Amino acid sequence: MAILSPSIDLEKPEKIALRTQYGKTLAELGEQYPDLVVLDADLACSTMTKYFADAYPDRFFNQGISEADLMCTAAGLAAVGKIPFVSTFALFASGRAWDQVRNTICYSNLNVKICPTHSGLSLGEDGASHQSIEDIALMRVIPNMTVVVPSDAIETERVIRWAIDTEGPMYIRLVRPNHAVIHTADYRFEPYKIEVMREGKDLTLCATGEMVYHALLAAKWLSEKDGIEAEVLNCVFIKPFDTETLVKSARKTGKVMTIESHQFIAGLGGAVCEVLSEFQPTPVKRLGTRDQFGQSGKPDDLFKAYGLDPQSIYQEAKAFIQAS
Amino acid sequence: MSTPMQNQISNITRPDVQTKLSIQDLQELTRQLRLDILQMIFEAQSGHPGTSLSCIDILTCLWSVVMTHDKNRPDWPERDRFVLSKGHGAPALYAILMHEGYIPKEEIHTLRQVHSNLQGHPASKYIKGVDISTGSLGQGLSAAIGMALGLRLNQSPAHVYCLIGDGESQEGQIWEAALSAPAHNINNLTAICDRNGLQIDGCTEKIKPLGDIGSKFESFGWNVMEIEGHNFQQIIEALHRSKSMGQETSKPTMIVAHTTKGKGVSFMENEAGWHGKAPNAEQYEKAVADLQPDVYYQRLREA
Repeated sequence: MAILSPSIDLEKPEKIALRTQYGKTLAELGEQYPDLVVLDADLACSTMTKYFADAYPDRFFNQGISEADLMCTAAGLAAVGKIPFVSTFALFASGRAWDQVRNTICYSNLNVKICPTHSGLSLGEDGASHQSIEDIALMRVIPNMTVVVPSDAIETERVIRWAIDTEGPMYIRLVRPNHAVIHTADYRFEPYKIEVMREGKDLTLCATGEMVYHALLAAKWLSEKDGIEAEVLNCVFIKPFDTETLVKSARKTGKVMTIESHQFIAGLGGAVCEVLSEFQPTPVKRLGTRDQFGQSGKPDDLFKAYGLDPQSIYQEAKAFIQAS
Repeated sequence: MSTPMQNQISNITRPDVQTKLSIQDLQELTRQLRLDILQMIFEAQSGHPGTSLSCIDILTCLWSVVMTHDKNRPDWPERDRFVLSKGHGAPALYAILMHEGYIPKEEIHTLRQVHSNLQGHPASKYIKGVDISTGSLGQGLSAAIGMALGLRLNQSPAHVYCLIGDGESQEGQIWEAALSAPAHNINNLTAICDRNGLQIDGCTEKIKPLGDIGSKFESFGWNVMEIEGHNFQQIIEALHRSKSMGQETSKPTMIVAHTTKGKGVSFMENEAGWHGKAPNAEQYEKAVADLQPDVYYQRLREA
């Protein structure tokens, strides 16, 4: 557990791209881990695997625009003891290559780390054809798969360093834009745990990925403007899900809101509802794209359009409290 | 008992066994393995006899003659690797792995049953000797390329073999892999295409014509050889040659093996209907009769 540090100014945060941190971390790990190999599908300059490619060209494989081939080649590398990290855009990693991820990687339980970038609405201007807002659902339903969604660059670095030492297939979901840093340099990442970033008694805000920052900002405003104390959970692990921490929070607040840059079906909202309905039935309000496709636009404009900007979250939370 | 071919072949010495198999030995072994395949599928009343019978001669040459492996050290890093990309040929793989000692012989009765190691398609979870699960078509060749890349990085002498189907080659991923292997200058990979000309619904050339598979791979940058896929001399020579060719050319090799689907059972041969259907008791009896030495070798001589 790590409560948000007072040194972090949510109104004017430092911003670092998760994908840049990802690429740099891989390059840093190259020397210590001779079995680390990295694969990409003609997006190395976008996913930032180029940092590793430049440092270790012999251990970088550009598979071209062939995502199915990409995933199975990674599986083969893992089958002979290598530790492959695989990147492309999230839509292609999870959607186009789903059968390959399921059958060749996960059914064989191979040690492949799928680290797509450009997930969610914040992919932005390329629009719906490239916005992956179904990937959490698609990946968490596969047996053997672990699904991790870091909330900022510092957590991304921690997750990558943990993942390289942890056996088994993983889907580590990253985003494109420069994004608010909400952890300090001394952050101690706890695998498989929800991070309680703000304590509160009136409402639980469960967020994942880049939405954790938005939830924190909304919680700040709820407290300052309305005296509503929201507990903010950083759900970095979608699978396995930290049932204990969620149930404890839900028991305390009695209301749970989920926030994700993803369909409101079967992603974080789905996971939270599955857990709560079984262990702690609680009213839940799910925020996400509402069974609809995305569209072109700047990330912040898209978040506003789909009700996922801090202001919309603040208003939804307030309405949720007032309605109950 | 006589055999249709009298040629002796020189075998590589494997670390686990010091035997040399003659062509006659291979004929006899594959006759028995054909019986095992049919027994498995008959008892399960499920499975793919046509494809298993078309590829068993190739699998036997790989596992019993060409590949370096050791059943007592199934995780030996230097072992050659095999990927059955056309995973529905599982009964053939299980038959040769039973013969080679990777699967207990008594499991022959468990194909496709609950809690069996002999899943409908090969699963690495259950069987030593299966390094990667297959079954969803088109994926194994890419996996074999990944293995070859990894083994090269490990500076391992191991070679990777991958069997694909001709029908399977209608999957786009086969051609992604076909582009990929030469791009990486892979020299430790031999793919074999079981070119039996049939798929579930009929002839490959009527459904989605594959044409000259060899020249397609050649134009993609592979070394290509065409062989008779039931001729042991040709199979073994091509497999050995592919390994040296890889080293000489820094290219992967594709061996297009022209085969007969259902080979060895008269009424199954070249019949698409026997792709994925189990024989009934009467048909099984007839198939077993076809695989008795006198009939079997007589038919081979006439072929």
